[in-house]
Amino acid sequence: MRSSVQVKMDVNGEAVEATFAPYKTLLEVLREELNLTGTKHGCELGECGACAVLVDGEPQLSCLVLALECEGRSIETVEGMGEGAALHPLQAAFADLGAAQCGYCTPGILLTAKALLDNNPHPSREEIREALAGNLCRCTGYTKILEAVELVAKGEEI
Amino acid sequence: MSKTNFSVIGKPLRKVDAMGKCTGETRYANDFELPRMCYAKLLRSPHPHARIRSISTERALSLEGVYGVITGADLPVKFGIMPSTEDEEALAVEKVRYVGDPVAAVAAASESIAEKALQLIQVDYEILKPILSIEEALAATEESERIHSWNRRANIQKAVSFEFGEVEQGFNQAELVFEDTFFYQGNTHLAMEQHCAIGQYGPGDKLTLWSSTQTPHYLHKAMSKVLGMPMSRIRVVATPSGGGFGGKSDPFSHEMCAAKLAMITGRPVKFNLTREEAFYLHRGRHPVKMWIKTGVKKDGTLQAMHFRSFLDGGGYSSYGLASVHYTGTLQTVAYKLPAYKFEGVRVFTNKPACGPKRGHGTPQPRFAVEIHLDKIAEKLGMDPIDLRLKQLTEPNTITVNGLRISSNGLKECIEKVVARSEWKKKFRQLPFGRGIGFAASAYISGAGLPIYWNKMPHSGVQIRLDRGGGITVFCGSSDIGQGSDSILVYAVAEEFGVNPAEIRVVTGDTDLTPVDLGSYSSRVTVMTGNAAIQACGKLKKLLLETASDALEIPADDLEMIDGQVRSRSYPKKTMSFVECVEGAEAKHGTLGATGSYTPPKNLANYKGSGVGPTPAYTFTTSVVELQCDRDTGEIKIDKIWIAHDCGRAFNPLLMEGQTEGSVYMALGEALMEEQIFRKSGLHKIPSMLEYKSPTTLETPEIETILVETNDPEGPYGAKEAGQGPLLPVVPAVANALYDAIGVRIDEVPITPDKVLRALEGRYKKISVPSFEFPPPVKWQPGEGVKVEQKS
Repeated sequence: MRSSVQVKMDVNGEAVEATFAPYKTLLEVLREELNLTGTKHGCELGECGACAVLVDGEPQLSCLVLALECEGRSIETVEGMGEGAALHPLQAAFADLGAAQCGYCTPGILLTAKALLDNNPHPSREEIREALAGNLCRCTGYTKILEAVELVAKGEEI
Repeated sequence: MSKTNFSVIGKPLRKVDAMGKCTGETRYANDFELPRMCYAKLLRSPHPHARIRSISTERALSLEGVYGVITGADLPVKFGIMPSTEDEEALAVEKVRYVGDPVAAVAAASESIAEKALQLIQVDYEILKPILSIEEALAATEESERIHSWNRRANIQKAVSFEFGEVEQGFNQAELVFEDTFFYQGNTHLAMEQHCAIGQYGPGDKLTLWSSTQTPHYLHKAMSKVLGMPMSRIRVVATPSGGGFGGKSDPFSHEMCAAKLAMITGRPVKFNLTREEAFYLHRGRHPVKMWIKTGVKKDGTLQAMHFRSFLDGGGYSSYGLASVHYTGTLQTVAYKLPAYKFEGVRVFTNKPACGPKRGHGTPQPRFAVEIHLDKIAEKLGMDPIDLRLKQLTEPNTITVNGLRISSNGLKECIEKVVARSEWKKKFRQLPFGRGIGFAASAYISGAGLPIYWNKMPHSGVQIRLDRGGGITVFCGSSDIGQGSDSILVYAVAEEFGVNPAEIRVVTGDTDLTPVDLGSYSSRVTVMTGNAAIQACGKLKKLLLETASDALEIPADDLEMIDGQVRSRSYPKKTMSFVECVEGAEAKHGTLGATGSYTPPKNLANYKGSGVGPTPAYTFTTSVVELQCDRDTGEIKIDKIWIAHDCGRAFNPLLMEGQTEGSVYMALGEALMEEQIFRKSGLHKIPSMLEYKSPTTLETPEIETILVETNDPEGPYGAKEAGQGPLLPVVPAVANALYDAIGVRIDEVPITPDKVLRALEGRYKKISVPSFEFPPPVKWQPGEGVKVEQKS
């Protein structure tokens, strides 16, 4: 087995060339090689959703994705959600409505919600529930999270 | 606190750390990397109960990339959160007491090398018979069957017994006596962030530990003891926590080992536990069997109650001493009880230690009491809410066990949920399969006594004013997501009349911040809030004096508002906060002040009266509406109404968030979550997939109603909201299920198999063991009590 591989990918809009051991997951490469620690690990078994990132716009559990498979892919993490210093509307809504308590599940939920709104700008509450069903949150009881996503979805109508 | 026209308090502001959490900027313990850092792993016992004959670490130590290996001999000093029951070792010295008990630790260049090294450690175990249930523990009375050797009676960690008022007379006066038994299964915190700690031993022989702890001060003390190093040489930093719920409140093995390995290797050492390890670390909800007997008049008036609890403690004491008391003490706070007897026992078993989880020791008895009352109401032909309304406790009263109730919004909480849920139109009137249930509860806003006996304050706050107008608040509290950092900022912003954005907060760092006892017992808002207000008061005196001289207005006519000091009588007479700070610094020198808070003195004086008192009780009511499928036994919660007497909604957004989170966590406990073990002592379901917890799909609509009672002891009248709202939801689910399908499930979790068994008439009554409790501590209401009520 080769001791390291080199992969080119686009991370948060920037071309990145990363060198890492071939067995490393995308989660590990993001956190350990690229120092993007905003992506969290909650179980490393694909059970909790804390490590969700967008791969080519689709939410993926980065603990289950081999980074080796990401050659040429576009990765978006929570650090890349805003435009420069400006926040993504979801980030602002989560802060305004208290949708982040301990905040550990927040990056994964923000990105999963972003993917939902990118594909379906005006989801119903049931659709939001469905989309976020793979992201556990132990603090909020989900209520404020659902409200924050709805707030952004409604905001776009105005 | 007479002020009512607030500029910050009561506003739905963002939390001060919200942006960091929404941008990925917040750095949790595992996000810290240090130069030359190495990674550590614990070797854990595969046996639930065994004696260690020998451990051989030579092969592990010789593996390339291994920097250090330690065993129990390297850290032999015992520790534990409660000073009288310190029975834990960082690494087992002589015995292991549960599957997962740590026996050795390895620090290496990577986690994978550390894991390989663990496999090279040879431990020779003499396997002992494990004790895995309450009944087995009570039956194992022989000296040879002991799990611990320090406790008086084999496998009994603590047994307590109390009698308040005239219990026998109360039962004699009762016209009807009811008895029930219940079981509350254990469950765990399942915080999203696993426990993590980093030790660093640096220049000047100083040790630093970064940890996801909820209780940095207690950890600081424990580390000093275990490492034999003065507290002055140890710095504990509580990193932003990815969820606590009580699960990060004990001093832990991995924290001690991170420190010791850092000292041995000369490198920073990180332990980041796996999800599976977090299940074994546990310290969660105790499994409790309960027996309850209540005497009532025919009109439902309570005459006397006798309550027994049997707690399955697991392998170590942890907070157990407090836990056993908490299963008995707060029964008297929601309803008037003229006579009350409580007997409780916590046993050792060969399972992970139980400890404090949200509600600590009180969700179990609340479950029992609220279902029991529901049954009594039914037998008396009463609406269960009317039964409760007959005997609610009142503000400014003292309970039969000597607990002082100050503000009390229980009645209003009941009225609110009854109205919003349209209870009267629904109760016993919904079609089969649909039901509605009610329960009420009471909880503490902070423990009245510290964990270790001392006369010092429970919370300290220091404030520094910068000449540019910046304000820095220092406090030893640790934000676990509940918003304790924000509470400090809101209080200081309110007092100085400045924008919260002008304030920085530094917390949970024993080198920088004055002691706060930690994020447990729902104590932080009341205690740090009061300490902050006191510190502000000292600085305000200097600032207003300065402004008074400059503006030629008497100080008592000045107010601090909108970033200014302003005359109330001549509103055009103002000076900016910044000018005022500069003037005060010129006059008085560098500006700083401290404030502290100590809870009111305990009223009662009997042995054991230390658990239960608090600065202020909160009250909560809940109505649950649900559906149950008679064919599958599945329960779907339609809606939950919850009213919580929070004293004052410090920030309504945060209070609602705490309430909603409590409701959610309660539903997990009511319907699915359970910490269960195989006969081998292995956890049955140590993963987030198998340990079922509610997702967005199972969590229903929650309607939160905040009731404000302006408590005299709370900062701006505020009380807790982080734990109390969990309590009524679990029994309300059980009561709603009975309304839906006419069967009672007297245990949690209420899983479909139990529902089906009950529908088929095969659900068995909970059996409760027999045990000879010690003779009761007897206390009569008012005995030795000096009544000083604030109104």
